[in-house]
Amino acid sequence: MADVNPREALIDPLFNNNPISLQVLGICSALAVTTKMSTALVMCLAVTAVTTLSNTSISLLRNRIPPSIRIIVQLTIIASLVIITDQILKAFVFEISKQLSVFVGLIITNCIVMGRAEAFAMQNPPKLAAIDGFANGLGYSIVLMAVAFFRELLGSGKLFGFTILHPVNEGGWYVTNGLMLLAPAAFFLIGCFIWAVRSWKPEQIEEEFHVGALLEFSNEGNLR
Amino acid sequence: MEHYLSLATKAIFVENMALAYFLGMCSFLAVSKKTETAVGLGFAVIFVLGITTPLNQLLVSGLLEPGALTWLSEDFADIDLSFLSFLALIGTIAAAVQIVEMILDRYSPELYNALGVFLPLIAVNCAILGASLFMQERDYTLGEATVFGLGSGIGWALAVVALAAIREKIRYSNVPGPLRGLGITFITVGLMSVGFMAFAGIQL
Repeated sequence: MADVNPREALIDPLFNNNPISLQVLGICSALAVTTKMSTALVMCLAVTAVTTLSNTSISLLRNRIPPSIRIIVQLTIIASLVIITDQILKAFVFEISKQLSVFVGLIITNCIVMGRAEAFAMQNPPKLAAIDGFANGLGYSIVLMAVAFFRELLGSGKLFGFTILHPVNEGGWYVTNGLMLLAPAAFFLIGCFIWAVRSWKPEQIEEEFHVGALLEFSNEGNLR
Repeated sequence: MEHYLSLATKAIFVENMALAYFLGMCSFLAVSKKTETAVGLGFAVIFVLGITTPLNQLLVSGLLEPGALTWLSEDFADIDLSFLSFLALIGTIAAAVQIVEMILDRYSPELYNALGVFLPLIAVNCAILGASLFMQERDYTLGEATVFGLGSGIGWALAVVALAAIREKIRYSNVPGPLRGLGITFITVGLMSVGFMAFAGIQL
């Protein structure tokens, strides 16, 4: 891990090793805040800021944190950063912070922050760790914004609150798709996003569900 | 009594932690490959939620709320420590998980071995912190917090076991390549979530 170059650290998490579609991290909040683009954008900024700062500070302290209590140290650092973020959001964008409700607090347990701190920041110097945190925040944001784009456009015909497709109930022509605003739509959209990314980059395909792979797996089991 | 019953039903079915609020998704997807492990994690989550939610309720109402410190002295009436709540809640959860782990290890080795790997993971499960934050936001009393915690845990466990059972069956189907694994799991969870939405009309 020590010889990661900064360029790779920045580019990789965007598509090749996306925190949501490949590492399966931080999905909880990704789904809940994506009914509107403006809330999603604020959430993305908050998460990117927290991952960058937490990666930096944990990496600075990495040689001083005893391994046995590292989880609690990491949690404390992350929780403090989230408190700062929450206070800033409450001070400057109060309306949106009300809509995000508990999900700002849940950045603490967002697996991206913990996962990157544990997997990357504990082994790498601060500068690289900061880049990695920032890039993972961006990778998370790409998915979040894509999902929010479709949910808001199809669900209420708007983008960032501006009407794009004129909905029927306001005298227009577009019949809004109510399903898009409900929970299941987020799952379908992320499923489709993963489908699209993996069709584009076939090396990410998981083989575990394939019938052939299942046979190989059972043979392997017999050998053991 | 009826009030508690309806709160529990709401927490288990209508406002299911996993399928309606997407909480605890990371472990929800990671651990649902086999039914046995899903059952293990499910019980661990019920256990920890049932303990930490009432504990955090005590903490919030006794220390953090505006004016909560009046039991110490009248001078503290206008102190508001609620900005510290994230740190306090996550601290309680991490400590409670650690203590539960030690108690189980000492008094019930079988249960400890069954839950073993999952207990430390639970400290960072968003469903646990989520339940405490909802509890704080909605001003639950101690009794309500206990029912809500247990109910959310049961709902989460139900969802994870159901998903694991479905995923075990999906292995035998011929899913299109790029959709295999995570992709089809998401779509399955979406369909389950549609199913759980049918509970939304229930009034108790």
